[in-house]
Amino acid sequence: MSTSRIARRLDKRKRVLVTPEGLSLPITIASRGARASALLLDLIIMTVVQVVFTILLIALAGGIFSSGASSALEFMGVAWIIAMFLFRYGYFLYFELSPRGATPGKRLAGIRIAAREGGRLSVNAVIARNLLRDIEIFLPLIYLVTSAGGGGAANWAIFAWLAIFLLFPFFNRDAMRAGDLIAGTWVVEVPRRKLEQAMSLGEAARGRSVATGAEYRFGERELSIYGEYELQTLERVLRENNAEALVAVATAICNKIGWSAGSGDERAFLEAFYAQLRARLERDMRFGKRKADKFS
Amino acid sequence: MKPITQFFRSKPIEDLPDIEAAALRSDRFRLEREQDWKRLEAILKRMESGRLRKVSDEDLLDLPALYRTAASSLAIARETSLDAATLAYLESLVQRAWFQVYGPRTSLIGWLRRFFGGGWSASVRELWLEICVALAVMVAGTIVGWVLAARDEAWYYSLVPTQFADARVPGASREALEKSLSGVEKLDGLSFFSAFLFSNNARVAILAFALGFAFGIPSLMLLMQNLATLGAMLWLFSEAGLTVDFIAWLSIHGTTELFAILLAGAAGLHIGRSMAFPGNRTVVAAAAAAGQRSAQVMAGVVLMLVVAAVLESFARQLVTDTNARLAIGGTMLAFWLAYFFAFRRRVDGNTE
Repeated sequence: MSTSRIARRLDKRKRVLVTPEGLSLPITIASRGARASALLLDLIIMTVVQVVFTILLIALAGGIFSSGASSALEFMGVAWIIAMFLFRYGYFLYFELSPRGATPGKRLAGIRIAAREGGRLSVNAVIARNLLRDIEIFLPLIYLVTSAGGGGAANWAIFAWLAIFLLFPFFNRDAMRAGDLIAGTWVVEVPRRKLEQAMSLGEAARGRSVATGAEYRFGERELSIYGEYELQTLERVLRENNAEALVAVATAICNKIGWSAGSGDERAFLEAFYAQLRARLERDMRFGKRKADKFS
Repeated sequence: MKPITQFFRSKPIEDLPDIEAAALRSDRFRLEREQDWKRLEAILKRMESGRLRKVSDEDLLDLPALYRTAASSLAIARETSLDAATLAYLESLVQRAWFQVYGPRTSLIGWLRRFFGGGWSASVRELWLEICVALAVMVAGTIVGWVLAARDEAWYYSLVPTQFADARVPGASREALEKSLSGVEKLDGLSFFSAFLFSNNARVAILAFALGFAFGIPSLMLLMQNLATLGAMLWLFSEAGLTVDFIAWLSIHGTTELFAILLAGAAGLHIGRSMAFPGNRTVVAAAAAAGQRSAQVMAGVVLMLVVAAVLESFARQLVTDTNARLAIGGTMLAFWLAYFFAFRRRVDGNTE
């Protein structure tokens, strides 16, 4: 898949969320693949915990059985039923109500739940979305597993049921499952960005190269060629700090603005150009004039 | 105050950067506010890792203020700065803070207090129309079950699941039926029985709720079918002249359990109705509002089913006197009715 197609896919998942303060925040809807893998992980974790718990109880029961205390056995039966019920309904509730808003599976997939309208995620919403999970997945799955050998029309009906709910996220733009629809929630990606270094701290940003002592001063004509898009591309190149890319970009800029900077000092040149271009564009910005890219 | 507490912070924040060193005005803006952003990020990291206890009271109190500072920084930076990395960082920081500031109130105790102190009964009352409909359907289901079984015994077998109908089949003797209504003397196995009943009934109730998604029709069908079973059994016992005994046997837990199933069906119906007739809102918004209200009712339904299961396994098996059984069932019904409809304490907003 080409990068442009990936970018377009990503664009389709971008939403703008307006916080109660009136600030618009860009938000990315979790991909269906990430959600499916999160669910699978959760189901595996749940199954493993349930099986381990059951085996432990059986081992314990074996010990008690030889000593012959029936009330203890009964207590363990009760504990088993309640524990299974809690695993089934409590697992998702407990984790999604925590500050993370995500089950372990969702966390590994880098996604979490959020309120759809930008408001508060309420306890009731989390309860509602997880109650519906029961008829979406657990009920038909249990049915299919228990009547595996049976076959017949009932199995097909259950299968269709399962298919409808599993495919539900494919039939709406926001990839909501039925439970999300009822609860007013959606599943979004958790952003993870580090604060990068400020760009204009060095000496080069003031226009003087430390290595060669050369002064880089750009005039009105040179700085009016590029716009914000090119500035941010240059920012990325500077942050990545790849020697070859620096040389290539410096040559391209020199050709464009008709300069000839000495080789070996590309970084200082680019830093100076970046700082002065940004200063100019930001100044215009404060006056309400914006230049999106070199074509505008 | 502040400089002293700074010493006790678990993770000291780095030295102040040299703000004047920055050549660009937007970078100076950023450097001036960086400390606040980093502090907010540190608090968020601790909250997200689930170590809520490690977040000091001071940090928790400052969280909303720090969130607003970061949000306003972002609004200004969008208009004055072209530093893409800083903008992206701020957007992700504000979003993460928003998750926490507008996240669920994690205090379970607070939620429970509000839930029992009027939130639950208020949302039950908001469902009054659906409750009436569901009640009508349940009554109709009972009558249909009775009439069908009375006209043709074959209906009895198709309505009542076979594993329930051990001795209770058409044509069984009065003694056999009477025996099936009596309790047991020993306590063994009852708690297991009650846990089993609870988990079984809770699943039925959740199903009744969740099926409301398909415009409420499956919820109604489920109510109808369950109550038709009851109607058929009622017919069987009335044939043997045991109507009052059967009702007493049923009512001891049935008033609670049937009430819970009634509420579950009404909650499902509520969602279906809001989706079919959303009014001025969009279908999605209407479904969300109804879903959250119904979820509160459902949390209560699960609780009622716990009570019902305990009553069913212990009280029904231990209390064998018909009048005592009726008294317990009637008391429970009166209690629920009073709690839901007579207990009207104001709660400030039942969305939480």
